[in-house]
Amino acid sequence: MKTPLGTVLGLGSAKAGTEHWWLQRVTAIANIPLVIFLVIFILWHLGADRAQLMASVKHPLIAIALVMSFLSILWHMRLGMQVVIEDYVHGGWRLPCLLANLFFTTALGIAALYAILSLSFGA
Amino acid sequence: MAETHTDKRPLSPHLQIYRPMLTMMMSIVHRITGAGLYFGILLLIWWLLAAAISPDYFAMVQAFFGHWFGKLILFGFTWALLHHMLGGLRHLLWDTGHGFGLTTIEWLARANIALSILGTIALWLGVYLVRGTL
Repeated sequence: MKTPLGTVLGLGSAKAGTEHWWLQRVTAIANIPLVIFLVIFILWHLGADRAQLMASVKHPLIAIALVMSFLSILWHMRLGMQVVIEDYVHGGWRLPCLLANLFFTTALGIAALYAILSLSFGA
Repeated sequence: MAETHTDKRPLSPHLQIYRPMLTMMMSIVHRITGAGLYFGILLLIWWLLAAAISPDYFAMVQAFFGHWFGKLILFGFTWALLHHMLGGLRHLLWDTGHGFGLTTIEWLARANIALSILGTIALWLGVYLVRGTL
């Protein structure tokens, strides 16, 4: 139900709540195997030099798994932080915070993809 | 309807009015660990980007994580990750409509804490035993 003022201000349900909830769960489930892979990948390269790390990332399956991990994790992060912002940030700061959340996670995702592809295809 | 928004209506009691309970603390910690991981992933991407930049820069970042301060951050990161993942598993269980019994939720909360701490120690002990150093 929307009040007349709510209608003018664009308040009320955006009809996107179920999808948000569902994607939070989908990415959570995807994160379980992907994060386990990522932790093993990190432990495997403790103290490694760049050549050793690069040799691993050159394997297509490793590169693909890394890309999948970051996409799923960062998507999950964005959804989770959005809920935290919507719960605690009120007034004029809410929109800038929501935008910062979107930009932060997107920028990190692109940086991660750049690093992985650069290591995988680079010399 | 619309004009009532400006009224000073009574609010429901806020957090500090309630006696702290384990399940409530777990909910708060789930959010805190989530926020910690949100910023903590910067370190992981820094590590990968460093390798994409140059061998020397990567060696510098590896040295940072080899330093006791870097290890301390990673130790905390490991615990936050395990705690948040186990907390997530509890949420997935609740999403199926199970695990809401009063003794069950207490038991799940305690298991979450115990497994996150034991898992963190086991992981680092495993690394120490395999590598001979941390």
